[in-house]
Amino acid sequence: MSAGGLWRLPARALAEAVRSGRCTPLEAVSSGWEGPAAAWERDVHAVAHADPEARAAGAAAVAGHPEGRPLAGVPVVVKDNLCTLDLPTTCCSRLLAGYHAPYDATVVSRLRAAGAVVVAKSNMDEFAMGSSTERSCYGPTRNPWDLERVPGGSSGGSAAAVAYGLAPLALGSDTGGSVRQPAAFCGVLGLKPTYGRMSRYGLVAFASSLDQVGLFARHVGDLAVAYAALAGPDPRDATSRPGPAPDVGGWDAGVEGLAFGWPANLWREGVDAEVVEGLEEAAARLERAGARRVPLEMPSGEAALAAYYLVATAEASSNLARFDGVRYGARAGDGDVRALQARTRSEGFGEEVQRRILLGTYALSKGYYDEYYLTAQRARTRVRREHEAAFARCDFLLGPVAPTPPFRLGEKLEDPLAMYLSDLFTLGANLAGIPGLSVPVGTTRAGLPRAAQLLGPDDAEPVLLRAARAVEVGGERARLGRTHETEAAWPSKR
Amino acid sequence: MALEAVIGLECHVQLRTRTKMFCGCRAAFGDEPNTAVCPVCLGLPGSLPRPNGAAVEAALRLGLALGCEVPAVSVFARKHYFYPDMPKNYQITQYDRPLCVGGALPAEVGGEERDFELARLHLEEDTGKSFHPERRGDRPVSRLDYNRAGVPLVEIVTKPVFRDPAECAAFLAALRRLVRWLGVSDGDMEKGQLRCDANVSLRPGGATALGVKTELKNLNTIHGVERGLRAEIGRQRALLEEGGEVEPATLLYDAGRGRLAVMRTKEEIHDYRYFPEPDLPALATGAAALERLRAALPELPWARAARLCAVHGLAAEDARVLCEQRELADYYEACAAGADPRTASHWVRTAVLAALRERGWTLEALAGRLAPARLAGLVARVAAGTLPGPLAKRAFAWMLEEPGGVDEVLARHGARVLDDLAALRALAREVLDEHAEVAAGVLAGRGRAVDFLLGQVVKRSGGQAAPGPARAALEAELARRAGRGGA
Repeated sequence: MSAGGLWRLPARALAEAVRSGRCTPLEAVSSGWEGPAAAWERDVHAVAHADPEARAAGAAAVAGHPEGRPLAGVPVVVKDNLCTLDLPTTCCSRLLAGYHAPYDATVVSRLRAAGAVVVAKSNMDEFAMGSSTERSCYGPTRNPWDLERVPGGSSGGSAAAVAYGLAPLALGSDTGGSVRQPAAFCGVLGLKPTYGRMSRYGLVAFASSLDQVGLFARHVGDLAVAYAALAGPDPRDATSRPGPAPDVGGWDAGVEGLAFGWPANLWREGVDAEVVEGLEEAAARLERAGARRVPLEMPSGEAALAAYYLVATAEASSNLARFDGVRYGARAGDGDVRALQARTRSEGFGEEVQRRILLGTYALSKGYYDEYYLTAQRARTRVRREHEAAFARCDFLLGPVAPTPPFRLGEKLEDPLAMYLSDLFTLGANLAGIPGLSVPVGTTRAGLPRAAQLLGPDDAEPVLLRAARAVEVGGERARLGRTHETEAAWPSKR
Repeated sequence: MALEAVIGLECHVQLRTRTKMFCGCRAAFGDEPNTAVCPVCLGLPGSLPRPNGAAVEAALRLGLALGCEVPAVSVFARKHYFYPDMPKNYQITQYDRPLCVGGALPAEVGGEERDFELARLHLEEDTGKSFHPERRGDRPVSRLDYNRAGVPLVEIVTKPVFRDPAECAAFLAALRRLVRWLGVSDGDMEKGQLRCDANVSLRPGGATALGVKTELKNLNTIHGVERGLRAEIGRQRALLEEGGEVEPATLLYDAGRGRLAVMRTKEEIHDYRYFPEPDLPALATGAAALERLRAALPELPWARAARLCAVHGLAAEDARVLCEQRELADYYEACAAGADPRTASHWVRTAVLAALRERGWTLEALAGRLAPARLAGLVARVAAGTLPGPLAKRAFAWMLEEPGGVDEVLARHGARVLDDLAALRALAREVLDEHAEVAAGVLAGRGRAVDFLLGQVVKRSGGQAAPGPARAALEAELARRAGRGGA
């Protein structure tokens, strides 16, 4: 097998090649770096930290005993807010410049145990606050489908890296859509599991009750293998869901007899026509595969949006209080500790992070707590009930991920509210704690990726993967152009 | 106008668990700085807390002992303020849904046992410690030790039920006894294992509304609590009597100088921005688990003291002294199982406690040398009047050092007991002759002097006269003289 083409392989095939000795782990983990990254990385800027030596050490650790490891030698890109022993963990913030975590996040150690090798820490909006990956202290990531456009965010680096071929798998985090929306913008699959299915231990918290580690892949089967390797209870995370994670081995079992909800009222206005065309296409593929469409109404997400931004900013203001220059990370000033803390935080945090800390601090203040935080929690309970009511009538819901295709860099940077609105369709799943999956559905006429979101009840990951698979095989996969051919990387029509 | 003080206490008890509240680090005192730390208790990015079941159980045992109600569900909350010794800049505590509510602690004030009502009891994590300022070159520096960060604490909040600082001191002493009794804490105030803040205000006597309160912190000894409160009550009283007003403030009591210093005024009082801790699910306390803990509670000190009074016939004060420490009460009861309880009580409260004091032993060490059953043998002979007091004391000292029962020890030391009635009557005659006036008084009905005469008999025997037979001999001799006098 030529080492040059290894990066095109699905993760499962690459792991099989490593296990059978057809290639070495080092060839496998280097394939993305030596192949597509050379052509793409400088323009796309998906990576925040990488280290060839760490890569080689990771490959060497697998080389001894690749047998039995589902992800043997598979390169994986990990978002920069997940702690890793061998690469910095900075959340793309000046405040954590140079910070090395003294431990691996649970999902990262499970990756390594499965034989995978972390080949990069990906670029992201600072502390995962943003929907475009423009708010990184290292500068923006660009969308490989159109370098003038954003890759979505906040896990934009992970999405873009998987899209252009640096690795077949990536980890991100999804607090309000930060995995699903960049997956949609970059034309890859993005899964946000049920809250508590992926350990949050080692994920630098943004909003603890909403955060969930998510996965990017180019193939549904790869998503399933990675989910099986990572999901499940963790004694270090008291919010992890008890009991074994659902079995996703049947990801290719088809959708015959499944019912999908079709809440068309949600995209009657305010949603780009080509996004709606993508949804029609996804629905048609599901129906051709034997699923049944159930038209239903869902409440619009405006109340949920308000509730989300209250809960998320309140929790963020608390979670980010620890970054004060006293114990780790950057420190500005010395002498009086109050002045040191204030200056460190004023200089270290970017504008959007400061905005959210201030909003959240206000929402938790004496006299406002009931009005804001408690009201938001009640709205949250309502969102969960609304979804439960919908799932009484169908196995999963089909809908948009984002209201528009990828937007231009800078387009929403000066308008925080417009940026927040791009999460309108994704944040419901975080409020309700349910799983969501973003699946590509061809491209717009301008050649930008289209996507559909699949939402299911708690622990519906197996159903979502089966549905995503039906959408995946039901249509020709779009091709990412530029200096190399990528079609070999995409699944072919069955 | 008479002003009355109203005081409420917030007490912190460091639980004696092997590990910290939310991580596996050891919860120890006196380690090298920053050696008992991990990502969790240092609040490193990405770390998450996980509750220590042993700490929850210890807090529940304390709550049950205090007669608290235990709601089915309690909720951890975050309390925010920036302080360098607090790694996350928030403290995980409990706020509107505490582990336990209500309850009361009985404490003795002025010889009378009173119940002091509690508002709540909840679990939280301790902070680290700051040491400052030190100097590095010409700059002051602070040092931080996070070994204590995350050690489990129980906070007990009383209702504003105290009217006098002496009541507060009694309450704290009772609390310290209880936490040690249950084994949930060492309760050593010097080591910060028991800490106390107080809220105090004054109001006209008879008023029901509360006045403006101040909070006193840093009350680190029971004595300090009492003195600090007296100082603050005096300060408030002087202000109010001059027609001034009390400003809400947090004050620090400097026990060394006996002075109060303002730590924070009203403007600086924190908004802690409490909200439910999203990293921890609500804490459910199952009814079955609660019953199991309740059933396993030891008899509580106040109940035990009451039983010792009712069943053993001890005086209230004696029972209180014995129940000051669970091991002491156990020792006493083991001893009383084989001897007259009141005599046993006397010997435990005097000889045993004196031995502990003089030799610096723990009760456990003493019991290792002198098992309560052996002491019971000695006590039984004293109670039966077959061992003279001075000899009993010597026998006690010998038994602390040597094995064997009381008779064996006496024999080993060649100690003789004079219980021959004829010999004792001879001694009694000599005493009556020598103290003829006292004897005459006794015969005239001033009976109390018999004890004096008995003492003289014992003395004349060289401490060997057994008190029972000696009294019998004395009384027989007195009766004989009374008969002769009357004839």
